[in-house]
Amino acid sequence: MRKNLNVIAAYSIMMVLILMVGIFQSWNIALSIFNLCLISAVMTMGANIQWGYAGLINFGIMGYTALGGLAAVLISVDPVQEAWRAGGFDILMSLWLIVVMVLVIRFVLKRFEKSKIRTYSIAAIIISGILLIRFSAEPGIEAIEAVDPAKTGFLGGFGLPIIFSWIVGALFAGGLAFIVGKVALGLRADYLAIATLLISEIVIAIIKHEDWLTRGVKNVIGLKRPAPYEVDLQTTDWFIKLVEKFNSGKLSVIENLADRQAALNQLVIEGSSVFVKLCYSGLFLVVVIILLILTQKALYSPWGRMMRAIRDNEEAANAMGKNVVKQHLLIFILGSAIVGIAGAMLVTQDGLFTPGSYRPMRYTFLIWVMVIVGGSGNNFGAILGGFVVWFLWIEAAPISLFLINFFTAGIPETNALKTHLIESVPYFRFLLMGLGLLFIMRYRPKGILPEKIEIK
Amino acid sequence: MDFINAIILLLNYIFIPALTYGSQLALGAIFVTLIYGILRFANFATGDMMSFGTMATILFTWYFQSLGVSLGVLPTALLAIPFGIIFMIMYMLLIDKFVFKYYRYQKSPPVQFAMVSIGVMFVTQAVVRIIIGPADRRFFDGEKFIIKAREFKEMTGLNEGLALKSTQVITIFVTIVLVSLLFWFLNRTKTGKSMKAYSDNEDLALLSGIDPKKIVLVTWIIAGILATIGGALYGLDKSFKPFTYFNNMLPIFAAAIVGGIGNPFGAFLGGYVIAFSEILLTYAYKKFFMYVLPASMEPNSLIQLLSTDYKFAVSFSILVIVLIYRPSGIFKGKVL
Repeated sequence: MRKNLNVIAAYSIMMVLILMVGIFQSWNIALSIFNLCLISAVMTMGANIQWGYAGLINFGIMGYTALGGLAAVLISVDPVQEAWRAGGFDILMSLWLIVVMVLVIRFVLKRFEKSKIRTYSIAAIIISGILLIRFSAEPGIEAIEAVDPAKTGFLGGFGLPIIFSWIVGALFAGGLAFIVGKVALGLRADYLAIATLLISEIVIAIIKHEDWLTRGVKNVIGLKRPAPYEVDLQTTDWFIKLVEKFNSGKLSVIENLADRQAALNQLVIEGSSVFVKLCYSGLFLVVVIILLILTQKALYSPWGRMMRAIRDNEEAANAMGKNVVKQHLLIFILGSAIVGIAGAMLVTQDGLFTPGSYRPMRYTFLIWVMVIVGGSGNNFGAILGGFVVWFLWIEAAPISLFLINFFTAGIPETNALKTHLIESVPYFRFLLMGLGLLFIMRYRPKGILPEKIEIK
Repeated sequence: MDFINAIILLLNYIFIPALTYGSQLALGAIFVTLIYGILRFANFATGDMMSFGTMATILFTWYFQSLGVSLGVLPTALLAIPFGIIFMIMYMLLIDKFVFKYYRYQKSPPVQFAMVSIGVMFVTQAVVRIIIGPADRRFFDGEKFIIKAREFKEMTGLNEGLALKSTQVITIFVTIVLVSLLFWFLNRTKTGKSMKAYSDNEDLALLSGIDPKKIVLVTWIIAGILATIGGALYGLDKSFKPFTYFNNMLPIFAAAIVGGIGNPFGAFLGGYVIAFSEILLTYAYKKFFMYVLPASMEPNSLIQLLSTDYKFAVSFSILVIVLIYRPSGIFKGKVL
């Protein structure tokens, strides 16, 4: 108990902060912060597995998040029959061509010795394959995108409950990580960072511009929900009764029956959105707890010890007969898959998929700040980092507004400097994040909750 | 006649834009490569540092405009660039003193430097946005075109017009001058040579009495010059928006690595490699083939290898391929 005191203290402070937002701002805001904190926590756990356990640097988190989001779309949207009729055959043909191409390349790689001719012939196969696929898919893509472009214009998905996409998102992200890992993991750390960053940009470019699959920048809205809809709740009897029971003290003060009904209606509307957010919180909490248990188990298992050995001294681990390349690939896939889950959760919560919103600042670098600030190598630290940083990211604007007003209290409202500062309040969050990261890196390089390994 | 038309077409839509864009990338890439070669880290704040320098230039441009100072046909920004450079260098030295110096003395691994540079990136982004705001700004004034497309058509009687913007000429001219000066400095002067020596082998350089403080100072000064001029030229040619500058960091990295990181000449050429491949692969060649081929073989599709949406993806793919097959870059930089 005593040795975990700092963990407990840190988490209690965090919870108190969120409760304070609930009391002083509103429960809606507090819960939406809490939900996004949970999603961020899943992302940081993924990044922490890669960086904290194995020392692999992955700046491609944005790409895996987006793939998870894509999974949510592909799983939950109903298939667009018309689009399938119009261009489904061409798309399937192209898919088949891709499979054939990969098989041919594999065959060439297996069959022939490594030589210049082999390299060039593989390049030739890839280029001619891409051209062939482009020409065979083009009529299909055009036909699909022409099907009611304002509403659909894409193939749609499988029409399954969106919750399945959390697993499928992990599979998608893991699959991409397999390819990226095979290609890039041999690189030195900072090159790996650049390579993964650029690959994630390529993924986003594809998601943004392949409209037949993702609707691109036209966005997919109105995804199905795992939680009830507010509108339905507001007309459900048991929910109204529940709200009445919760607020009976407040309501009984009001004498007039009509006023009382109006107040109740208002409370029901507020309550319904809080209730929906609570449902999401429950779902996300389950995911976070499951992942936390699994990652903690992994950390203290022989496998975790091996990963730390590889991280701390690759050559020694290699000399002990550990397959460093294979383990790096494995951990890269695992971490990315967890990020993929978070991506699917994010789209599930928002109910919409907006490829244009995936930007490296928000989805890669911010997550890294979370991991570093929280404490790399320590799962509790990583989760705490997700909470703290997201909380500050959201609350930075109100806090800095308060500070600006406080320090410029003597200056009249019309002062140019003051109005300029107040207008640029949203950008103080970048400043806060940057300074936070720099200070932590300098004075507490292991993070708020540093890694500590006890041998049991 | 058709053949000349085809050539003018390529000049107008591929060659000149690619040369301009490539020059802007090249300046940034030399900046990245110098920092990497001498201070030994991948600077993720590259794009934002360039936007800081551009911001300072814009502020001075506005100031000069308000004073009524102008260069006539040339943009006022050219006058403001030296002042922008001074601000940029001061900012860089400040950051170096408070942030990077500590890690340099600690001899931290490059990854830690990269993380720290991300912190610097956040801070710089905030500073730029707080001072000048996130909006898209144009600060070009003076004569816009040297040759207008219509005038060219009338002059030569050709079907295709050739437009030459003054920013394009300025960009290419300034790049040539700056890069020649830089290479002269690196190869001919004592300080330049000692910088090369320091980059090659730090211990040996220190042993032979090279002052590391001076090397670092000179590196930041050169970096400041390159970042500000590169950023300002890009802003003059297109427009200034902090977010675009952040995004430009990626093709700049690509150019530096493709050219062989740590090798300034490689970075210079890398900029053009990236720019030309981006534009060559995403240009629709339909019109070109209409001129070159006889009428019976006229193409009916656009003959575009990739849609322009994938412009960035092209450079990143080149980078990934280079990283896998030749990680030291086309022109042999530091061996990894």
